[in-house]
Amino acid sequence: MMIEKGTYRVKSGLAEMLKGGVIMDVTTAEQARIAEDAGAVAVMALERVPADIRAQGGVARMADPSKVREILKTVSIPVMAKARIGHFVEAQVLQALEVDYIDESEVLTPADPEFHINKWEFAVPFVCGARDLGEACRRIAEGAAMIRTKGEPGTGNVIEAVRHMRRMNKELRAVLDAPEEELMTIGKEFGAPHSILLAIRDAGRLPVVNFAAGGIATPADAAMMMQLGCDGIFVGSGIFKSADPGGRARAIVQATTHYEDADLIARVSENLGEAMPGIEIATIPEHEKMQTRGR
Amino acid sequence: MRVGVLALQGAVREHRRALEKVGVESRVVKTVDDLKSLDGLVLPGGESSTMALLAEGPLLDALRRLSSSGLPMFGTCAGMILLADVVEGRLGSIIGGIDITVARNASGRQVDSFETTLSIDGVGSDVPAVFIRAPYITRLGLGVRVLARHDGVAVMARQGRILVASFHPELTEDLRVHRAFVGMIRELRGEGEPG
Repeated sequence: MMIEKGTYRVKSGLAEMLKGGVIMDVTTAEQARIAEDAGAVAVMALERVPADIRAQGGVARMADPSKVREILKTVSIPVMAKARIGHFVEAQVLQALEVDYIDESEVLTPADPEFHINKWEFAVPFVCGARDLGEACRRIAEGAAMIRTKGEPGTGNVIEAVRHMRRMNKELRAVLDAPEEELMTIGKEFGAPHSILLAIRDAGRLPVVNFAAGGIATPADAAMMMQLGCDGIFVGSGIFKSADPGGRARAIVQATTHYEDADLIARVSENLGEAMPGIEIATIPEHEKMQTRGR
Repeated sequence: MRVGVLALQGAVREHRRALEKVGVESRVVKTVDDLKSLDGLVLPGGESSTMALLAEGPLLDALRRLSSSGLPMFGTCAGMILLADVVEGRLGSIIGGIDITVARNASGRQVDSFETTLSIDGVGSDVPAVFIRAPYITRLGLGVRVLARHDGVAVMARQGRILVASFHPELTEDLRVHRAFVGMIRELRGEGEPG
């Protein structure tokens, strides 16, 4: 019997299965277990959560393979892990470890000043961040099988994720409404490959799933991003930097599924204790912003 | 005919699109109220552990009642895990209804996920199938009919009003598997039993 592995359908298919779910950043096997027990659809293995990377500074790299292995052994849900932008060997290592998804992530310190990884060369699927439609399309053309907003990671401040999602929606509407002959010029303006714009018009939407990420800290944040049209939620520092990670994780999972049910969101948001401390975006110096990494 | 799609999480949109393409009205199911007056229910792919937690409470009780009282159901991948009477490594079923044992993630991690074509009884000999971290059926009860195998392993089966598949027909453009489920609902109604 002929079988084909690592096809684009198989790669984007896993992301389709994660829709309506919450993917949680974890740094240890114990945190991974808490995330799975709270209903996470996947975990993201990394060395430090974005809030700590931001606070501690220095070069942030792929997690220690022994940590990734431990997390792979501990949970039955998919395990994702982060590689630096352009660091194709970190990605090769993560593929050798058999992680289920690689996040080529601006949260880590970029390894290449100009180029992203050629993701077509891998059997493991990739998710990449984007601030606008052009960036999303460029990543898809490089082989990404899933997109997420960049937001501003590690801030507990949802404003940038909202900005990126609204911008993508607006640009999607422009692509879908335009007469055929305007498409090439729109592509040039957005910095989006023509072929991906055609795929968008074919599908009536982005051809891969688009999750919200970067600054989501509360059940209401998650539900708002879902109402804005995201397919699911990444929570980075928001869970394990809060007072009650298990309780907050369960509440965010509930709010992501029942994102239009304000009574339920009110109920699950009660008595969650302190959320992670937040950061006002305007106080972050330009060179410390993570969202401007990669292009 | 109106078929619900359990919409706690997962490939809801794809199943609804396929159902609509075969001419059936579909409805998103998130609460007990959404289960009223359905002719069938699809349980989509996704993460079974997440869906089990989200269903806990009145919704899970209602799903168990409907499964045992004979609402036609079709579970794909995670949906098959929800409908299996036994899930390896877990005490008791989640919803249950079909006398099989399933092993989660039996096809391996994502790097082992694959596409192939299957010969499915009563559906076709060349049906495209996408397996993603797929569960396999490791035990078949006496009343269970195997409809397709891959590499000798049962990957699609039916018992009475319950249909299950390890793979994702909703990720392909081929509508034959969804047509077969709708055909099954029609056939069961033809017998004059409540649907």
